[in-house]
Amino acid sequence: MSEESFAAAASPTAEVAAPTGWVRRFDGYDRSLHVLLMVSFLGLAFTGLPLLFSDRAWAAQLSRVVGGFQPAGFLHRVFAACMLLTFGLHLGRLLKKIFGDRDYGILWGPRSMVPRPEDLKQLVGHVRWFVGRGPRPEFDRYSYWEKFDYWAVFWGMGIIGGSGLMLWFPKFWARFVPGDVFNVALLIHGEEALLATVFIFTVHFFNGHLRPEKFPMDTVIFTGVLPLDEVKHERPAEYARLVAEGGLERIAAPPPDREILQRGRILGTTAVLLGLLLVTLTLYALLS
Amino acid sequence: MRMRFGGVLAAFLLTAAPLRAAAPAPPKPPANDDCLACHEDPSAKRADGSSLFVDKKIFDGSVHGAAGASCVDCHTDLAKTTDFPHPEKLAKPDCSGCHAQQVEDYGKSWHAASRAKSPLSKAAWCSDCHGSHDIQRSSDKTSRTNHFNLPATCMRCHGDPKFFPRAGGADGSEPMSFHDSIHGKALEKSGLKIAPNCATCHGTHEIRSPRRDPKSTVARAHVPSTCGTCHSKILDEYATSIHGEQLAKGNTGVPVCSDCHSAHAIASSSDARRLAILRECGGCHERQLKTYRDTYHGQVSAMGFSRVATCADCHTAHEIHPAGDPRSSVGPAKRLTTCQRCHPGVGASFVKYDPHADTHDRGRSQLLWATSLFMKILLVGVFAFFGIHTVLWFPRSVKARRDANGKRKNGERDV
Repeated sequence: MSEESFAAAASPTAEVAAPTGWVRRFDGYDRSLHVLLMVSFLGLAFTGLPLLFSDRAWAAQLSRVVGGFQPAGFLHRVFAACMLLTFGLHLGRLLKKIFGDRDYGILWGPRSMVPRPEDLKQLVGHVRWFVGRGPRPEFDRYSYWEKFDYWAVFWGMGIIGGSGLMLWFPKFWARFVPGDVFNVALLIHGEEALLATVFIFTVHFFNGHLRPEKFPMDTVIFTGVLPLDEVKHERPAEYARLVAEGGLERIAAPPPDREILQRGRILGTTAVLLGLLLVTLTLYALLS
Repeated sequence: MRMRFGGVLAAFLLTAAPLRAAAPAPPKPPANDDCLACHEDPSAKRADGSSLFVDKKIFDGSVHGAAGASCVDCHTDLAKTTDFPHPEKLAKPDCSGCHAQQVEDYGKSWHAASRAKSPLSKAAWCSDCHGSHDIQRSSDKTSRTNHFNLPATCMRCHGDPKFFPRAGGADGSEPMSFHDSIHGKALEKSGLKIAPNCATCHGTHEIRSPRRDPKSTVARAHVPSTCGTCHSKILDEYATSIHGEQLAKGNTGVPVCSDCHSAHAIASSSDARRLAILRECGGCHERQLKTYRDTYHGQVSAMGFSRVATCADCHTAHEIHPAGDPRSSVGPAKRLTTCQRCHPGVGASFVKYDPHADTHDRGRSQLLWATSLFMKILLVGVFAFFGIHTVLWFPRSVKARRDANGKRKNGERDV
C-alpha cells in the first residue's frame, strides 16, 4: 500500500486532528537506538556465533573473513561496547523520563512496557482470533509480543552482557568469584546468544516485518511515523485513547521523508537478509 | 700355543708342496683377465640381449677390486669350471663366505623372509643395496650405503609406487615423506652426520617388519627406546609417564613417539601438529576431547586456529601423569604455573576454571549442570511457545491481508 493511499484512507475525524493522515510513533532518539542495536546485534552475532558452531566449515570461513579469531574477538568487544552504550543511553532516557519529566505513565498503564493482566487476556484473545474463534483483541500502544521483545532484549542485556563482561575481564573477576563461575558464564553466554539470535531472526522478524500483513517490512521503526489509519485498525485501544485524550494533534506528523524511507528500507532489508542467513546456518548446524 | 700349532702346519704344508706339484694338476680357476677376455667387451650380450659387460676400471676401483679379490671369490661356481663360455645361469654370489655376520643378520630380516616365502619376491638382496662390481665401503662418499646416500638407496624400492602403492603418499606414514621431515632436512639439506637415516631407526641388515615382527626396532613396543637412543632425555620423561609405564607393562595401545610425531614426516613443533595432536589424544580420551570442544580453547582450535591451548600445552607432551599424581602439570600443585604460561598474572581462584567442564556431569559441577538444565528449558520453552504462536498466526495473517486488499479493491476506505 502506497503512502498516498494510506493518507486517502484516513477517516474524516482523524483528518481534523492529523491532517496528513500520519502520526508519530517513535522519535529520533528511539529510532537511532534501534539502528545502533541492530548494527551491534548483527556484529556480535557474526563474530560470536562461529564459536558456537566451530566444527562447521562456515564458522571457520566467517572467522577468516575478519582475519581470524583474534580480530573477530576484538570486533566482538567493539560491538559489545556499542550495545552496552545503546543500553546505557536507553536506561538514561528512562531515568530522565521518570525523575526529570516525572512521566510515570511509562512505569504502568497503557503507554508502559511493563506487562499488565490485560496482556495475558489479549494473548488468549489473539490466539482465539488466530483460530477464528473470536475478534481481534484491541491492542494499545504496546502489544504483548512487543513487550516480550523488549524484555527479552532487556534480560538478554543483563545475562549476555554480564557474562560477557566477566569473560572479557577474567583476571579482574577472578579476584571476586571462583573460576568455575567462568564455566557458567561461558555456558549462559553461548546459550543465551543462541536464544537471542534465533529469536530475533525468526520470531521478531516474523512478528515485526515478515508476516503477510507487514511484508516485506514495517518501516515505522526507521521513519518513526505510521498512517493514522494503521493505528486505528491495529491498535484500536490506543486510537480510542488518543481521540479521548485529544492526543492526536500532539502526534500528528508529516508523511515519511522519501529519503529516510529509502534508507530505512535498504538498512532493514540488509539486516533481515543477514539475519536470515545466520539463522539458516545456525538451524542447519543444530538440526543436522 | 696357537702360534706353535700354526708353525707346525706351515712346516707341513711346505714339505707337502713338492708332493702336490707331482700330482696331476687340478683345474686352475680362471684369473680375472680370463673372465675379462669376454666380459670386457661392451658389446657382448647374453642370449636375451642383455649386456654382460664388466667395467674393469670400476671393479678395480671397488673395495673388492682394490683388495685384489678375484671374480671367482664371489662367483664361486666358476672356480672349478673348465668349459668356457660358461652357462648363462650362475648361482647368486654368496657373500657369507667373507661377511658371515652380516648375512646372518640379513637372514632375520623381512627382506630375507619375503624372499624365502616366494621365489618371485623382489625384496632386497645384498647387491640391491650394496651394488655388485662397484661396491664401496659405506665410509666412501660415493657408496650407496654411505650415511648420506642411504635414503636414496632405500627409496629406489620404498619410494616406488610400483612396489609400494602408497609410497608417494605424504600422510606421514610413508617413507617418501622422510625427505621433508626434520630428520630428512637435517641429513640431506644441512648435511649433519648426526642426523638419522633409514638405518638409524630400522637397522641395517636385520631390518624387521614393524607390523609383522614384534622384534622390529620400530615395532610399537620398541619405538620409544629406538627414538630414545638419540632423544634420551625425552625417553626418560616418557618412560616415567603414565603412557610409558603402561607400555612397559605391555599395553601397546598407549601412544608411542610415532603416533604423535608420525613415522617419517616428523616435523619440529608446528601449528598443524598442535592441532593434529587433538585427534591423536582424542582417539582414546574421547570424553575429554568432547568437553574441551565446549570451551573457548576447543572452539577456536576447531576452526583451525592454533594460538590456543591444545592437549600438550597443559598436559605436557611427554611427562603426562594422572591429575592426582603430584608430578602432574594439571594437578593441584602445578596447575597455577601451567595456566600462567599463557595467562600470566592469574591467581589461584582463576585456575578453578574447569577446562573440561561437562554440563551432563552433575557430580563435577552441580552449578553448571543446573544452569545448563535451566537454559535448555528456557530455550525449548520460548521456541515452543513462539513456534506455535507463529504457525497459528501465519494463516490468519494471510487472510487478514487478503481481506484488507479485497476491501480496498471494493472501494471501502476503512481497512
